[in-house]
Amino acid sequence: MREAVSDLVQVDGLKMYFPVYSGVLRRHSGDIKAVDDVSFTIRAGETLGLVGESGCGKSTLGRALLRLYEPTAGRVVIDGEDVALLRTEALRKKRPTMQMVFQDPQASLNPRMSLSSIIGEPLVEHTALSTAQRQERIYELMDQVGLNRRFANRFPHEFSGGQRQRIGIARALALNPKFIVCDEPIAALDVSIQAQVVNLLEDLQDKLGLTYLFISHDLSMVRHIADRVAVMYLGRIVELSPRDDLYARPLHPYAEALLSAVNEPDPVRARTRQRILLKGDLPSPANPPKGCNFCTRCPKVFARCLSEKPSLFQVEGGRQVACHLYDPAKPSAGSTGGFPHPKHLQQGVSE
Amino acid sequence: MSDGAAPVLDVRGLTTVFHTRQGEIHAVSAVSFGLKRGEVLGVVGESGSGKSVTMMSLVGLLPTPPAEVRAGQVMLGTRDLLQMTPQDLSAVRGAKVGFVFQDPMTSLNPVFTVENQICEPLLRHMGLTKPQARARAVELLEMVGIPDAAKRVKYYPHQFSGGMRQRVMIAIALACEPDLLIADEPTTALDVTIQAQIIDLMKDLQKKLGMAIIWITHDLGVIAGIADRVMVMYGGQVVEHAPVDQIFHNPQHPYTRALLRTIPTITGQREARLSVIEGQPPIMTAPPTACPFGARCAHTFDRCDAENPQRRAVDGQAVGHGHDVACHWSAEARHA
Repeated sequence: MREAVSDLVQVDGLKMYFPVYSGVLRRHSGDIKAVDDVSFTIRAGETLGLVGESGCGKSTLGRALLRLYEPTAGRVVIDGEDVALLRTEALRKKRPTMQMVFQDPQASLNPRMSLSSIIGEPLVEHTALSTAQRQERIYELMDQVGLNRRFANRFPHEFSGGQRQRIGIARALALNPKFIVCDEPIAALDVSIQAQVVNLLEDLQDKLGLTYLFISHDLSMVRHIADRVAVMYLGRIVELSPRDDLYARPLHPYAEALLSAVNEPDPVRARTRQRILLKGDLPSPANPPKGCNFCTRCPKVFARCLSEKPSLFQVEGGRQVACHLYDPAKPSAGSTGGFPHPKHLQQGVSE
Repeated sequence: MSDGAAPVLDVRGLTTVFHTRQGEIHAVSAVSFGLKRGEVLGVVGESGSGKSVTMMSLVGLLPTPPAEVRAGQVMLGTRDLLQMTPQDLSAVRGAKVGFVFQDPMTSLNPVFTVENQICEPLLRHMGLTKPQARARAVELLEMVGIPDAAKRVKYYPHQFSGGMRQRVMIAIALACEPDLLIADEPTTALDVTIQAQIIDLMKDLQKKLGMAIIWITHDLGVIAGIADRVMVMYGGQVVEHAPVDQIFHNPQHPYTRALLRTIPTITGQREARLSVIEGQPPIMTAPPTACPFGARCAHTFDRCDAENPQRRAVDGQAVGHGHDVACHWSAEARHA
């Protein structure tokens, strides 16, 4: 039970399907399974990194958690309440605890609103502060994110990308949230500005005890900021591991390929390392493979992968992997014949 | 031109300004560099550092006005591109110089088939007949690793995925076997696993065809994997230029050093806190009279405000051939 108390976010069997209608009668002919049966928890004060390639459903997952979409199925318990079930008014009351920082600070800030009205809007909506109190809170938030108070009446276009992202962060912080979904917050920024924003997010977490879901495709930045990392592929989590374990020895073949593809800023390593080149592209989430979602591109695919979807298996050290190679009930060595134990496979490919 | 040491491209003192309502923006100031056959020059810099504008200026791709290429010489082989008539220049583009841009969706025409777009330069520059061009288009698609090329050549751009579209762009760029390929952030819009595929493909093709490549990016990781030499740009100027190993293992300019420190890695020691470069990149509203990086530099001193540093060799070789840097601090620290 102690575990349950310290988990701020518990996601259980979350599904987010977008229906596809076709034909003259616009009949419901299928679903885009953007998020398909995803379960995980985030401890209070922790940063969970969520990585994956575009189209894998990581942003959809982030939005479904905050109920910016209506989830198709599953439970999303945030701070003791199932957000997926809340009625309109209760949900509105819940909103202050869960906030979001968006990728594109240009698109997520209203160009016709001044900085203080952008940051102040959630305060108007959710609190009963007087005008003076509100202005004081706005200044306080601006100080927290490192924006000069003199800028309060300026408009978004007068700021640089990094500063705009600070405005977005100040707005997310306005109502003292516990949980913030950061959806690619640094992807649109220059390298030298990215570090500034990431450091700010970390400082705020230390000071305010925030819990983050940090969505990114930048594996090296996730290694820096996250405590644990979930790797997504085609709507499903394929591996969820503590950060150091994942980067030292990825278990899932996709996680392994993804890490091997990261470009390291070191020409000597770049010349010597062994990349696992994945063939082909991501299959369509409207028509995922029958077995494991990764079976069409997996270098270690075997018969069972083509027919059966692996569930998330618990393996050593609190790691979870959705891969038949790690099924504790049916060790793959026996069932495949041709494949040695996963440990050996691991050594054979990573260099 | 088969001599390995012959320069394909030699750029001297290229200066480009933009005329805007707020006045002139000095996007590129006195940039010089050269490129040999079969060489990959990586150009690194943040947005606004002038890296793309430099390359667009070379081949007259900037709209004038507002842009104006004010000075410089761009020798492609024996001809100065800046002195050419627009007609001559457009014969050079596509035939002698190929381009791959960042976003393949916006650089391909959505209403024409891929075949149509690959055949266009072949018909225009190579004088092939239509049936020859069509056959060549299929060959090119096969060369860039598109499976089932004979069928897919009839597809429209939207029928390809992002990585496949970028392969089509590369096929178009290489159609006329150019001497020089300018790749402007060709992998930035792609996912890492697809990025890896494209980088490998480009390396392969370069070995096979032997063209020179200018690879523009802000991603130092990509540069480490593909470039022979690296040019670091800041505020419209070249601040450091060196062989790739020197840039990563012996960086001289404070900006290069800081840039390398700010990027986290997936191996090695994990920093508790990222080091940052405080402040913002400059907007060059006047020709530089001081070091453009001065305002953000940790080592700045009087001379940095008084005088724009010139590129100076650090390894005894001529500027532009070995390792050179434009910095007063590294110059004085060295001589002190």
